[in-house]
Amino acid sequence: MTRQEIPNPKDQIPSSAIPEAAVAPSWDLEVGSGDFHIVAFCCHYCAYAAADLAGSLRLQYPPSVRVVKLPCTGKLDVLMILDAFEHGADGVMVAGCMEGDCHYQIGNLNARRRVHHVQTLLKEIGLEPDRVRMFNMSSAMGQKWAEAVAEMDAHVQALGPSPLRKPSPQRRNARRGDRDAAPAVARI
Amino acid sequence: MIVAEQKPLEEIKGLLGEAGRILIVGCGTCVTVCFAGGEKEAGILGSLLRMSTRLDGASKEVTEVTVQRQCEWEYLDAIHDRVTEADRVLSLGCGVGVQALAERYPNAIVVPGLDTKFMGLPVEQGVWAERCAACGACILGLTGGICPIARCSKQLLNGPCGGSAKGKCEVSPEIDCAWQLIYDKLKAQGRLHLLMEITPPKDWRTSRDGGPRRIVREDLRLPVAEKA
Repeated sequence: MTRQEIPNPKDQIPSSAIPEAAVAPSWDLEVGSGDFHIVAFCCHYCAYAAADLAGSLRLQYPPSVRVVKLPCTGKLDVLMILDAFEHGADGVMVAGCMEGDCHYQIGNLNARRRVHHVQTLLKEIGLEPDRVRMFNMSSAMGQKWAEAVAEMDAHVQALGPSPLRKPSPQRRNARRGDRDAAPAVARI
Repeated sequence: MIVAEQKPLEEIKGLLGEAGRILIVGCGTCVTVCFAGGEKEAGILGSLLRMSTRLDGASKEVTEVTVQRQCEWEYLDAIHDRVTEADRVLSLGCGVGVQALAERYPNAIVVPGLDTKFMGLPVEQGVWAERCAACGACILGLTGGICPIARCSKQLLNGPCGGSAKGKCEVSPEIDCAWQLIYDKLKAQGRLHLLMEITPPKDWRTSRDGGPRRIVREDLRLPVAEKA
């Protein structure tokens, strides 16, 4: 059996750099934009490969998901998930290997505990805790990936957009318009 | 190390009140290794407070900085500008760190983000237990390295008491009877004769009963001229 290639630690994105380097460009989402945005933290060995397979199989799934590759979901930090929500993500998926199949033994189990911890933190600040959810799949489960994204997308759409999205330019202009007693449209 | 635990978010928000610019100061020593107030915890709390205030419809600026040790002036001096610019400083240090910040910056309003619990150690990942009560006169040499002051609920010096059952304390089945532990340890080492000595009542003046404590080491003090 050939051993799967282990990612070079030098190629890994340090957690402190992830918001800027990988995710921030598509974040800072605005109120009123019709699209939903789900950030998916995916394990290199399973969910990321499953997403790749889903693409190869030409499976259709909602375009709302933005994938961030991790060497293992055990790398996932509470702060990464909070960063996603702080920048306006509507939902966060954490997708790791099947339980018992983690390449690093217990990384996915650690991730599950952290996801649960974040759910309690979100509840504490008044955000729906199930905006973040944990999924498990193997690298052969392209179909499961497509279904998981569809399930999360439907769930987040039912919850509605995150109240942490920034006000849209139209709203900002409208507010400024109210203040200046001028029509909002004139400001755009 | 000093073991602390973060206060509930609601209590922290109450302490911060209406302040607009909030600086969270983490500490890189004891509270980092007990996962209560290090750089990561300061980042998490900052993120939660920013989101929480936005959800409450308020507008606040929450930033974080972590120093190597909050209990030494030289590390606090390095964050002078950040502290003086803040409306309120939320310290994630132990009680010593909070007071050091408040003492070094008399005009700053410093509030605690942690409850300082005890001096102890991690007995397993995620579990900390008390080991020292800082009584000021150590008797561990007589008790097989197990402290009856910190680990016996009654702080008995000639235990155990009648509440010891099957090695556990009557206060809680989760608490080991310290005197059972001491007996087992001394028996294993063949030093049970130490228990034949009756320990006289403890002089608690070396502990909290003597008032706030202070140590002066003349060999380490700087000459008056150099201090100035």
